[in-house]
Amino acid sequence: MKILTEQHDGKTVLSLKDARLDAHNSAELKDRILKSLEEGGREIIVDLHDVQFIDSSGLGALLSGHKNAIQRSMRFVLAGPQPRVMVMFELTRLQRVFEIYPGLREALED
Amino acid sequence: MCDSAKTVLNLDIIVPNKTRYLRLIGAIAEEIAKELTVDNPDHDALAYHLNLVVTEAVTNAIQYACPGESNDTVRIFLSIENNDLCVRVYDYGKGFNLEALPIPDADDLSERGRGIFFIRTLMDKVEYRKTDCGNVLEMRKRLN
Repeated sequence: MKILTEQHDGKTVLSLKDARLDAHNSAELKDRILKSLEEGGREIIVDLHDVQFIDSSGLGALLSGHKNAIQRSMRFVLAGPQPRVMVMFELTRLQRVFEIYPGLREALED
Repeated sequence: MCDSAKTVLNLDIIVPNKTRYLRLIGAIAEEIAKELTVDNPDHDALAYHLNLVVTEAVTNAIQYACPGESNDTVRIFLSIENNDLCVRVYDYGKGFNLEALPIPDADDLSERGRGIFFIRTLMDKVEYRKTDCGNVLEMRKRLN
């Protein structure tokens, strides 16, 4: 999975550049998030704008990031989910667990 | 059973039990649903849901496969008859008890256990049983 990493004032942005997040690439994302958390900083933003499809494995990788960030007293934020991806969060009620912003700009400004 | 004289589509797919094939199988299921439900106002969502449930079912089949099992493939059978979609995904592992799987608690932050929940939520009828050619997860959905 292609993931772009950028730094913005202590915030690490991981931009997922694959339209599909499933059991084939979710372990890679989980490892990449964990690596970013271990590198420190105060906040991780996962930009989901380009993701058109997510399954339960993808949600699991994001939950792993959320829980590991809490353990390190870091903030874990999701940005820009497409409507169909957002439905998956809503079906599982995980929109109540994650901090979700409509776009990367809003996540960076907060 | 899915067999019927009025079947309009039968598709039998066998792929290696590797997750790299999820994208292909999901895309096939989505395109079929788009093609056959053009009159349904929700056909885009329906196609997306079919991609999801097939992806989840094939992922399960791969994960439940027995290590060292000689049959290292997953079989997906897709049928549409009278607007009734039937998808069967066969696995050759030890199987599981569908009825015993809990509905995920909204406050449970476990990283696993939501795949069957998606399938049950998005399909009309779901069964899992043992057959002579492996275990089969059968999922049904009305398309209109």
